[in-house]
Formats: sequence, C-alpha cells, structure tokens
Amino acid sequence: MSKFQKKRGKASPAISTASLPDIVFILLFFFMVITKMRDTDLKVQVVVPQATELEKLEQKTLVHQIYIGRPQQRYQAIYGTAPRIQLDDKFATVEDIPLFVENHKQTVQPNLRNRITSSLRVDGKITMGIVQDVKTKLRKIGQLKVNYAARHRAER
Amino acid sequence: MAKKSRSAPEINASSMADIAFLLLVFFLVTTTIDVERGITVRLPEWSEKKTEQVDMKKRNVFSVLVNAQNQLLVRSELEKIENLREKAKEFIMNPNGNPELAEAPNTAIISLKNDRGTSYETYIEVYNELKAAYNELWDEESMRLNHQHYSEDLPKAKKDIIKLKIPFVLSEAEPTAYGDESN
Repeated sequence: MSKFQKKRGKASPAISTASLPDIVFILLFFFMVITKMRDTDLKVQVVVPQATELEKLEQKTLVHQIYIGRPQQRYQAIYGTAPRIQLDDKFATVEDIPLFVENHKQTVQPNLRNRITSSLRVDGKITMGIVQDVKTKLRKIGQLKVNYAARHRAER
Repeated sequence: MAKKSRSAPEINASSMADIAFLLLVFFLVTTTIDVERGITVRLPEWSEKKTEQVDMKKRNVFSVLVNAQNQLLVRSELEKIENLREKAKEFIMNPNGNPELAEAPNTAIISLKNDRGTSYETYIEVYNELKAAYNELWDEESMRLNHQHYSEDLPKAKKDIIKLKIPFVLSEAEPTAYGDESN
C-alpha cells in the first residue's frame, strides 16, 4: 500500500488535457470532410430557381460551375445589365467555354472524365437565349452531362 | 553516467489543442454545409447533319411549347403549369385507352420547345414538372412490382426494368427566337 502512496505528491494533480487535441481533431476531420470551399467571388447575380426533382451532385472534383446572370450592381457601369457568363473568377463569353471545360478535364483522371458534370448555376430571372447558347456550345464540345442547379421546394 | 529517469518526461501537448482549434475555426468559417443539388440532364449529341424528319404518330407526341410570355401550349391547347404533371401522366400511361393519347408508355415522346425569350425559371419549372410526372409513374410502377418506393435504394436491375417499361424520352427542339432579349 505504501508503495503507491509514496508517489503521490502534495499538490493536486493537474487535469490532463492530453485528450483535448484528440477531441478537437475529430471535430476538425468532420469539418474537413464535409467542407466545400466558399464559392468563387460572384460577379453576376445568381438566384437559382426552385424545383422538386433534385439530384445530388456526388463528387465535387468532377463538377465545374458555369454561372449565368446579370452583372452585379458594381459591374453594371462597365458590363451593362444584359446576362453574362462567369467562369472561375472572370466574365466570359460562350467562346471561352471549351477551354474552360478542357482545363478542368485535365485535372481529372482519364477514367473518370466521362463523368464530368457541368453545373449551370443560372439566375431564374434571365431569359433562355444565353442559356441556349451555352447548351449548344457544350453539346458541340461533347460535354453532355449537365446539371441545372436549383433549390429545393416543397411540393405544392 | 547519470541514471536515466524511469518515466519519460511528458511532452507538453497543450499547444496541440490550440493548433487544432485554429484549423477547426478555419474550416468552420469556410464550410458551407448544403450540398449541391439540381436537375441532371443529359444533352443530346451534336451533329452537323440535318436530322431527317422522323414521322411520329401524332398521338405519341406530347408537345409542350413555351413562348416568350412564359405561356404554355400543350398539344395545341393553352395550359397552366400546375396541370402539366397530371396531363403528362395521363398521356404517358393512357389508362382508358384513349385513341388521342400515347399507344404505350414506351412509345410516348415528350417534345419540349421554348423561345429564347422564355424565362429560365419557367423553363426549369416545366422541365421539373415533366420529370416529376415520370418520377411519379416510376414510383407507382415500383410499388406495383416491388412493393417498394422508387428511390436510390432500389437495385439497379429493378430500376432498369421500370425504365424499360416507361422510358424518359424528352426531345428538345431548337428554340424559336421571337422574344429574344437584345444584348
């Protein structure tokens, strides 16, 4: 008995915080896994329409975003109010899409390239004209998998 | 030689928590939890050749036209979006053997044509309703065959059987350009 008591000092033992990092790390990993980096700086106004028949986009690395909408207020002096396309961080035209898609393709493993999806994030208030042009361009370059981004709406 | 102390000195791990917290806060701030959702569509392949006119029986085609004023013309009749789903379902299944409606679900074709001036919101809504019509039919069929809802859990083989019976055929025509926005 005395053998055990000998070790114990007079001061009360400090509470071990050694397991604290483990707890925090678990939280950290949780957020790392579910995280999606904040979207690129939007230069066009995009409020996607609502729909009910939605499907999830599975792998984010296989998705590239094409934004279409009217330029934000602060860009309207330069770019006007007609709907425009935004790729990455820049305003773009339909002609820039093939290179954009090709660049994304290069970052994807060859065996997964047929699963690349174009996510069209289009403002609900604009007209179909520019969307149609984008669709036609995508068809011409053989990028056929398209997802119209939408928010969920409860059934009527 | 100094005697080795028996218990190894404890490494101070208190700063570990700080580092982890820092990372945690970073991810907390940058994270957006909502997953991306949308209506997935497979576009038809592009061909330079003019597609030859395929003669479809008129009764098998469910034509939906949307004009620049976002009005719907379904089979030559003005229609509301709210009724589109029911109309489409009735057309596809044709439960009463109406000679005006599709012969069988696998011969039914939905033809969608919009204008360049149609608002994107309307377009998506119409597309959504048409897709919903099929989803509901698939679900009903699945309940009848498998007593199970048509969902992601359903085995692919069973899905394929249903999709073979009621294939989703939606052809989109080149849009008209009456109401195009001047850019």
